[in-house]
Amino acid sequence: MSTHLPARGGDTEQVSSPRPGGATGGSGLLLLPQPKPWRQRASRLDVTLSPYLYIAPFFILFLVIGMFPLGYTAWVSVHDWSLLGGKGEFVGLDNYRKVLDNPYFTKQLVNTISIFVISSIPQILVALALAGLLDTQLRGRTTWRMSILLPFVVSPVAVAIIFGSLYGDRYGLVNEVLGMVGIDPVAWHTNRLASHVAIATMVNWRWTGYNALIFLAAMQAVPRDLYESASIDGASRVRQFTSITVPMIRPTMIFIIITSTIGGLQIFAEPRLFDGTTARNGGSDRQFGTITMLIYDFGWQLRDLGRASATAWLLFLVICVFAVVNFLLIRRLGAQGGER
Amino acid sequence: MQTSKTLKTRRVRLASSALMALTLACTAAACGGGSDSDGSSADGPTTISVATFNEFGYEDLIDEWNASNDDIQIKQVKVGTWDDAKANLYTKLAAGSGLSDIEAIEGDAMPAIMAESDAFVDLSDPDLDGRWLDWKAAAGTNADGQVIGYGTDVGPESICYRADLFKKAGLPTDRAEVATLMGTWDDYFAAGDEFVAAMPDTAWYDSSGGLAQAMLNQVANPFEADDATVDVENPELEAVYADVTDNVKRGLSSRIPQWSDDWTAQFSNDGFATMACPGWMMGIIEGNSEGVDGWDIANVFPGGGGNWGGSFLTVPAQGDHVEAAQEVAAWLTAPEQQAKAFAAVGAFPSQLEAQDSPEVNEAVNAFFNDAPIGEITAERAAAITVQPFKGPKYSDILSAFQAAILRVDDGSQDPGDSWDQFLTDVDALG
Repeated sequence: MSTHLPARGGDTEQVSSPRPGGATGGSGLLLLPQPKPWRQRASRLDVTLSPYLYIAPFFILFLVIGMFPLGYTAWVSVHDWSLLGGKGEFVGLDNYRKVLDNPYFTKQLVNTISIFVISSIPQILVALALAGLLDTQLRGRTTWRMSILLPFVVSPVAVAIIFGSLYGDRYGLVNEVLGMVGIDPVAWHTNRLASHVAIATMVNWRWTGYNALIFLAAMQAVPRDLYESASIDGASRVRQFTSITVPMIRPTMIFIIITSTIGGLQIFAEPRLFDGTTARNGGSDRQFGTITMLIYDFGWQLRDLGRASATAWLLFLVICVFAVVNFLLIRRLGAQGGER
Repeated sequence: MQTSKTLKTRRVRLASSALMALTLACTAAACGGGSDSDGSSADGPTTISVATFNEFGYEDLIDEWNASNDDIQIKQVKVGTWDDAKANLYTKLAAGSGLSDIEAIEGDAMPAIMAESDAFVDLSDPDLDGRWLDWKAAAGTNADGQVIGYGTDVGPESICYRADLFKKAGLPTDRAEVATLMGTWDDYFAAGDEFVAAMPDTAWYDSSGGLAQAMLNQVANPFEADDATVDVENPELEAVYADVTDNVKRGLSSRIPQWSDDWTAQFSNDGFATMACPGWMMGIIEGNSEGVDGWDIANVFPGGGGNWGGSFLTVPAQGDHVEAAQEVAAWLTAPEQQAKAFAAVGAFPSQLEAQDSPEVNEAVNAFFNDAPIGEITAERAAAITVQPFKGPKYSDILSAFQAAILRVDDGSQDPGDSWDQFLTDVDALG
């Protein structure tokens, strides 16, 4: 970007002189008086500075609503800090030690990752397939496209309440249907893996359509002539999908994977409302408690913002690790794409 | 080619912007319901919001007030359970705004609220001296003598039972005879053994956690010594824990957490036959038992009397209309009003005058087989001998204790491991 910018408007002589056959234009320019140095400097400044000014509002907003809370949370996490009483003594890394020693931290971290994996992978695959189907010449395309987004407009709270009832251990619809085909009732709120699956369905029900729509938008931008030439070469629809569509929408895929990683690791409303116990910590033994729920438990139920902030920072570090892993994986995928 | 492509892009764009608009509209609509305390316009009436949980029986009372008062209007904000109300309360106390003008507080959580007295208005009013039972008034007053909460109801415990299921199991159904079966906890559990032997698909009581809470209300120092130091390794608490977890093996418990979806569903599925029944529970039972005919109430509670819950109305200091809110809170907790709430949902008044009123004494509940609930609840209230010590951590420890019982209920741990984890959890309360 920066290499192009000066060439575009910074050095007028350079641009005008090599223009072929521009006798009138060239001479006209030569007749003009030399621009005054301050003007030149101003225009150079304009060119180098204004892009930064244009994007500055975002970064200023980001500093205020992104970086400041991040720093403030770190500040809170090294103090005794009660929800209602406010700041207490400086305690160093004590809160971090307490959180890491708490057996629920490891357990809820594993739960978070497990729910994330069980939800995100099928969700992205199904969304990709759905988008592929919607990208074809369907009758009433708009209706289909609108309808897959419908779950997204339902509030997650309503989703959690309805699914919580469907997945009732004793009197839930899902278990009754399973019973009809002779499968023993599943302890959806007690069995660790079963509860993760139940929550993952909730997440997927809500987000699959949304992701499919973003995939669809990317697929619409793939040049149609690629498909034409592929079909002339005799490639099947499936082959076209895997060899043209998927590689062409890779940037969108990266976007979806990263956003769903961040969202998945911060899952809160679904597991909290899925829980029927009074404390709502994610089951009697925290079978499906997540890290954000632990933050809530520390901060608002035990009213200790120090430990809550320490947990929040640990979650931030975990997300950073995941982001780096994602980045490395995608870069490798990108390199493979280049070799092809 | 070029034109068809632009046409197509335009169509796609149109479709996606339509989708976007739809999404925005729907999200806005879904989120629009959350605003509270909209207060009053310049000249219009002042709106006082009252946040309650479960069933307070205030609907008719609020209509009555609103019809006869032009300058102050009451609006009720209801949530499902106390635990949800508590989460909301603490979040907004910390934020310093967003609470209703009047917040109802569950009795067991009052000691913790006392520690935050500054955030609430002192409701002291000499005119109201002597309105409440002494222990109820004391529970609403802090160490400095400020009145933080006006008492609403108390929860004298009795046993509610399904006479129809008792009949099927060959147990007596008459409420006087049923009462003789349950003089002590051992008698009550023995009757349960007999019942589940005859009716293996139905549990004896609704939830282990609920029963444990009912039993704890007869223990003088359940979790904390009189100086508020935490002491959970006491023999009385261990005895309650042992009783409740042993019963899981005996098949007496439904093993369902109280207030969960399954818990609500089991009312209409013959899930259990009896439950500990403080006055306010009657309204909840009736609300959950659509289509069920056979509820009755026995004038007995195993092991003597006990008080479960009963709430308070407080006025958070952050409100814009604290004086009007205090006026409304005083009106709602006046004997005449609480007597009507008793008739509506069975919440037994904590006001001496209301307890003596014929409206309460002579109340009969058609849903509970025309049981004289006024007479029964009054006698159950008179039987209360122990007021457990509940310190600022009572509510938090109770949550951990309920979770410990639930781990045994749902089979994720044996009683010993679950108890150890309970001790760790209590330590982590800090």
